[in-house]
This record gives sequence, C-alpha cells and structure tokens, in this order.
Amino acid sequence: MSILRYTIFRFGTMLLTLWAVSALVFLIINLPPGDYLSNQIAELRASGQSAGVAKAEFLRKEYALDRALWEQYMIWIGFLPGPHGFSGLVQGNFGWSFEFDRPVRDIVGDSLWLTVLVNVAAIIFVYAVALPLGVIAAAKSRTWIDYTSAFVGYLGLATPNFLLALILYYYGRKYLNIPIGGLMDPIFEGQPLSWEKIKSISVHMIVPTIVIGTAGASAMMQRLRANMLDELGKPYVETAIAKGMSPSRMLAKYPLRVAFNPFVADIGNLLPSMVSGSVLVSVVMGLQTIGPTLLTALKTQDQFLSGFVLMFVALLTLIGTMISDILLVLLDPRIRYEGRES
Amino acid sequence: MRPLLSVENLSIGFGKGDAVVRDVSFDVNPGETLAIVGESGSGKTVTCRAVLRILPRTAQIRTGSVTLNTDDGVYDLTKLSERQLRDVRGNQVSMIFQEPMRSLSPLHRIGNQVSEVLWLHRGNSESEAKRLVLETFDRVGFPDPERAYRSYPFELSGGMRQRAMIAMAMVAKPDLLIADEPTTALDVTTQAQVLGLIKELQKETGMAMILVTHDLGVVANMAEKVVVMHKGRVMESGAAEPLLKSPAHPYTRQLFDAAPTIPANPKLAPPLPEEDLILEIKNVSKTYKMRAGSAWRPDVLIHACRGIDLNLPRGKTLAIVGESGSGKTTAARIALGAEPPDPGGEVWFRPDPAREPIAVHNMSRSVRTAFQREAQMVFQDPYSSLSPRMRILDTMTEPLEVHGIGTRAEQRDRATEMLKQVGLNPDMLKRFPHAFSGGQRQRLSIARAMMLDPRLIVCDEPTSALDVSVQEQILQLLEDIRDEMNLSYLFISHDLAVVARIADEVAVMRQGLVVEQAPPETLFYNPKHPYTKALIAAQPTPDIERPINLKLVAQGAGSPDSWPEAFRFSGEVIPSLIELEPGHKVRSHV
Repeated sequence: MSILRYTIFRFGTMLLTLWAVSALVFLIINLPPGDYLSNQIAELRASGQSAGVAKAEFLRKEYALDRALWEQYMIWIGFLPGPHGFSGLVQGNFGWSFEFDRPVRDIVGDSLWLTVLVNVAAIIFVYAVALPLGVIAAAKSRTWIDYTSAFVGYLGLATPNFLLALILYYYGRKYLNIPIGGLMDPIFEGQPLSWEKIKSISVHMIVPTIVIGTAGASAMMQRLRANMLDELGKPYVETAIAKGMSPSRMLAKYPLRVAFNPFVADIGNLLPSMVSGSVLVSVVMGLQTIGPTLLTALKTQDQFLSGFVLMFVALLTLIGTMISDILLVLLDPRIRYEGRES
Repeated sequence: MRPLLSVENLSIGFGKGDAVVRDVSFDVNPGETLAIVGESGSGKTVTCRAVLRILPRTAQIRTGSVTLNTDDGVYDLTKLSERQLRDVRGNQVSMIFQEPMRSLSPLHRIGNQVSEVLWLHRGNSESEAKRLVLETFDRVGFPDPERAYRSYPFELSGGMRQRAMIAMAMVAKPDLLIADEPTTALDVTTQAQVLGLIKELQKETGMAMILVTHDLGVVANMAEKVVVMHKGRVMESGAAEPLLKSPAHPYTRQLFDAAPTIPANPKLAPPLPEEDLILEIKNVSKTYKMRAGSAWRPDVLIHACRGIDLNLPRGKTLAIVGESGSGKTTAARIALGAEPPDPGGEVWFRPDPAREPIAVHNMSRSVRTAFQREAQMVFQDPYSSLSPRMRILDTMTEPLEVHGIGTRAEQRDRATEMLKQVGLNPDMLKRFPHAFSGGQRQRLSIARAMMLDPRLIVCDEPTSALDVSVQEQILQLLEDIRDEMNLSYLFISHDLAVVARIADEVAVMRQGLVVEQAPPETLFYNPKHPYTKALIAAQPTPDIERPINLKLVAQGAGSPDSWPEAFRFSGEVIPSLIELEPGHKVRSHV
C-alpha cells in the first residue's frame, strides 16, 4: 500500500472516529440529570426571580434544549437545522457558553493554539531529554551513569508538578529573570501576533514546558532504556559489532531504530495525557490553556463549552495517533509491507 | 609457513566464576578449515567469539593469546585496543552467526547492511560499494542481485538470508572467516547447498575458516583439521581424516556413536501390516486463505496439505519428513484434531480395536475430551513447552486434574511413577523447570504426555533442540516406552537420520503433498523421488568417504517444476501416488 493511499485511508478513519467520539461526548455530558439552564431555572424559581426565568426559558428554546436528545445532538453537530438553521460544529459555530454568557469561540480564543503550543513544546522536550539519556543509560547499563540517570529520572517522576513549578519560578526569577505565571506579558493579551509577542511567549514557555514535560520524560527514558537493553541482546547487534562498527554508530543505526517504534507510537497517547494532566499545573502557573476552562465547564454543566473542549482534545489525540501511525509506516518496513506477497 | 591464526593457552571465564574455556590451543593455516566440535556448554562458541572479542560483557579472557598473522603484520588480538580491533573485525576476520533470521537488522535493507562493511573498511563510495556488493550477491547465488540489494531480511527465506550473511562476511575479502553453527537453523537441503557454497568460495579466495558445529557430519564434509571440545577443554585435535576414521579419545567416540546416520547398506524392508490401524488419515487437505494486502487483489490460497492418505498401524511409528513449510506440522495438527481438515477429509482414531473408531475430523465436545485422554503430544522446544512458573508436580498432574482423574495422592503417585519411567528421580517433583537441562526437560515433556496413559503420541521434532548425545538418549527412551506400553507414534521431523532409527514407515512431504512413502530401509535402499534422493544426499554423515552429493541435492531440492518430467508438478496437474512395490509409493506420472 502506498504511503499516500494509507494516509488518505487513515484520514478517513480519523473522521469516522471523531464522529463516534462526538456522540459519546454528547451522551456523557448529558448523562447527569438536568442541564445548565434547568438548574438555573430551578434556582431562580426558588428565589422568586421570574424575569430571569423567562430569559432562561427563552434560551432553552433558542438552543433547542427542549428537544429530544438525539435532535439536540444533530443540531449541535450541524447535521439538522436548529432554531437558526444549520449552525453546528460542522459549520464552524461552536455554540454558546451559558456560564460565561459569551460565545464559546470567544472564550476559548487564544487558549486553543496556546494549548497546542505548550503541549507540543512539552512533547519535544520529552523526546529531546528522554532519547539521549535513555540510550546512554542502556549503553552504559549498571554503571554510575545508568544509576545517576535513573535517580534523576525517578526524582522527576516523584516530584509533584506544581511544586516543581514553584521551585523553578522562584529560582528562574532570582537568577535568570524569567517571568512568573502566564504564557505572555499581560499587555500582549488579545493583541495581534507580533515579534515582541512571540518573544514574550517564548520566554514564558520555558518553565511550563519543563514542568509539564519532566514526568513524561523520565517515564519515557526508563522505558527506552529497557527496550534498548532488550535490543542490545539481539544477534543483529553482534553482527554489527563483527562488521567493525564503532559502538556509537552501531547504537544509533541498529538497536535505537528498532527500540524507537514504541516511542513513535506514543505520540498519540502523550497529547491527551498532557492536556488533562496539566490542568493543575495550568491553574497553579496561570497558563491560558484549555485545561482550566474544561474543568469549570464540566463543573457547571456548561454543555456546549465542555462539549467543544472535549471535542478539541479528541481531535488532538486523533491527529497525534494519525501522525504516529504514518510515521511508523515510514519507519518500519515490516509494517509497510504487511500482506505483500514475497 | 606460519599459521594465519594461532590460539595459545586460551582461558575465558565469566565474572568471578570458574573458567568456562581452559587452556585451549589451536592453529589455523591460510586457506584451511578448522572445525571446533562440541555439544552445548562445551565452550566452542565462546572460544570462537574470543578471537574477535565479541563476548558478553561479564566474560574476560584470563590467559592466553590469539595471534593473527596477515600481510599487514602480526598482532595479538587479545592485546589490541577496542579501536584497533575494529579494523580487524569484518575486514581481516569476519563472522557468520547461527540464526540468519535474527542476525540481520529487520529495519534495514540487505544491500545497506552488506555495503556497510565496505563503507567502514574501504571507504568506498556508495555506488562503488554497491557494484562490489552486487558482484558478491551474484557469487553467493542470488538469482537477482539488484532485487536482493533492495530487499528487507523478512522478504527472504532462511537460506537466502544466510547467503546474505555470507556475502556480508565475504565482501571485504577477509583472510579468516569464523562461522558459528552457520547451517544449524536451516533445512537439510539448504544446509547442503550453503555448505557447498562456503567451500567453493573458500577455494576461490583462499580464505581460511573456523567452523563451529555440533554436527560431525558437517565436520566430515568441510574440515581439514578438527578440535573436539568438552566442558571447556580440548579433548582431541588433529587432521580431520585420521581423527574421523579412528577417534582416539573416548568422548569423540561417544559423539560418533550418538550421531544418527542413514544406514550405509540398506536392504529392502517388508511392507507394514494394513490391519488394526490406530490412526487412519483419509484424503486430508488443508487450505489457508491469506488475505491480500489490498481490497482489489484476490486472497491468496495456501495449500498446506493436499490429499494426504496415511495409515498408522497399532504399536508402530509413522514419520512425516519434510522441510519447513512442507505441511508436516499441519498434518499432525489435523491428526490431533487441533484443526479441522477441509471438507471431505477424514481422520479416524481407534484407541481400542474392539470399539467404534472416533471421527477426529468431526468431534463433539465430550468426544473431544475422551479423545484427548488417548492422544497426546510431545513438543519441539522443551524450554518453552513447560511453564516456568509451575512446579514439575503441578505440570505433571495438571492433565489428570483437567480430566478429573484420581485423588490428589493418586495423581502424585502417578507422577512419581512416570518420572521413574522416563529415567528421572522422583525427588525432582518439587522443582521448577529452570533447574533441568534440555534433555531432562524433554524427558519431563514425555512424562507429562504419558500421564493420561494415551494410546497415540504425536512427537513434533522432539529432539531437534537437543545435543546429539542427548538426542540419542531421548530416541532410545521413546523406543523403549513405545515397545513396553504398546504405544503408537506419529513422528514429525526434518531429519531423515533420526527418522531412520525410530520409524517403521516414512512419508516424505513437499509443498503439502506426500511425494514418497515407504519403510525407511526401503526408502534408503531404493529412493525414487528426486526430492527424497536430495534429502538423503544432503544428510551430512560423519563418514569422510560419503560426502554430500551436491548434484543430487540441487536436482531434487529445487522447485517442483524443475524436477525430471516424470515427477514434475505443473500448475494444477499433480501426478498421483503410485505403488512401485508393496509398501513403497511414489508420486510420479506412470
């Protein structure tokens, strides 16, 4: 199967999966009894504010919350016309947030791409740290290098992220003048992208990247070490040594290539765990990512907001797995030629 | 003349333990082949790897020297730095390893892996290296060197991969080749061809070789000098011919006695009785569907077995012999009811001549349970067929528990009895499998198969993972048990010499078809089919007067459309099995 055909095929399955995920997301959000508006109506009734009740009733109609669940779903996706015609996710309308009383698009705004940015940076950090350390630890297994890297790795795993964040902020500020909190200087918020803004974001990103990436990096390092040790015992490594290759060249060309597969496959899994795992960190560090928004939305049953955020995370995950699948096909001929007659 | 390589007083040990190789010395002259023979644990592999210092990290060379004497100078390889040694590896001295399946990286093209040697040692450009590699590929017998250059290892058969390994070892024109069991993992006909190829290349290039092997037959065919090792020491060494003709050391003689051979002067044997059959396989075929890679291409049908008819008389041994992929294991699985045959095939099993036979091809659940009590299996690999987490006692009594037979105490007694039967000490019941050697484990597997007191045992290459002397003991044990308890065996093997000893009837399979069938004596006396002839010719015998006949091997081991016209399969036209003389059938036209 050619790579192009496979990519198209994989893209198709991704769309189908996304559709299935949307149904699940919608169902799960609607599982708890009531919704944001009916909760509010009950509250208003109890306190005797009938004007508010009328408005809430109006909103219920406006957003078709009075219809059957499957109809609500189809309207949300944009497969059925709502009170205002076809206007759902497919058409680019992300819905209305009741909690913030603003369109979802305005609330998530910048935080969408900032989330992607922070997490991609963290993933790059994970690979950049874990790869060399894991390989060295395996090549020098049972020496002080191995033990030191394992010790540092476990330290990284065991330290609570927010604690690490506070420590890094403190010392970063003290010695390197790194700004504390947020992902950019407040003056750039809502501003169009400019050179100054990019600079501000890069400086602000240093600590969050390290904090979010550390745990992942040490876990990945340990696994890479174990995988490499497995591969180092294989006969093809001996063949390479018997050829007269130098150890570093041999390590990089043979066992690392084979041991690397699971890590390529991991890209897809890293994304969602980073998004959901970094909620606490984002709150502590005041990052304008999507994690804290999701938390608020879920707590208040703000269904369009939480639905949109969950869909966004799902999309990230699916894109991640698609990328890793395509990379695997490129990297591993055994997968590429599966089913081809010899 | 100074020897090319001389090893003197070499001792090697692991960690703080005792030396595993002690005081080993030998010389290899230019262009000469030296064979190191021994069983597992003899230290032969460690010795040959010590030459290039490709050893596990905990191993140390304790004493001795390894002197290499080439045109470039004289070095003691044990004293060279790692960097200097790198220039020797793959350049002046190269190696071939045992498992061609795993000795090549699965992720890199063959051409890349072979060319690498030239990049490293000659600094050749990519195109220059490619030209040389293609020449070598042509020389080692790749029909299409360009294609081989582009292939990945998993696209090639075992024999072709070993040819690629040979090409890799040869491409830099080394003075010495170290081959560590280079053909052990290959089919016997492929082994013969690869050995022939190595010999030819050696004649052409004047390269010397150290051949490490456990097979005296291979030694007789290849070596000029022999070193026999046992438990880390050299037992006997010297020129091949006198040593093989009249071994002086008792250990060497013991190895000779244990080596299974095809009888030198076979006679015609009477046919087997046709009545009282315990197992009857009638018209059994098995077709697997391999799904094509894309939806537009049709699925590929694989005919694992085609129209097999076999009879096993009670108390006898029927052997199915063939190379990997010949369908012999599929046939055995169908005989055991592990897989159903294609519609139309029948397998009848008569545990008791007086009772109605069991239709193995179509069993209900309860019939299957009853059937399993009567038919058991002994597997190929004694290392993976016993659970490492279960004590021997539990492994042994498990079949009884599954079938709900006896109390705990009775089960225990039965296990004790069976251990004695296979020549093990009942004290061993409390141990775990890792405490046993390969031969002991295979005895345990046999004991486990015997626990239910079956009538039929299917043995799937039960000795192919064992040393020759242990193999001999296991075959003896199987024979004794068979005669004592009136068992019947269906014996699967790729090794005609093993089969020659134990079987009463042999069916030779190729590409899912039985091509020839007869009692083993008859088969060796009067082989008719080119493939049978190739199998017999390819069998290395430890008799220096009977070298492998490569011409016969080449004639029969090729694809069925290259066989002489009388035997050829062309497309769907397959000759039928005809009876030449009583009890001797061959698949041929007319």
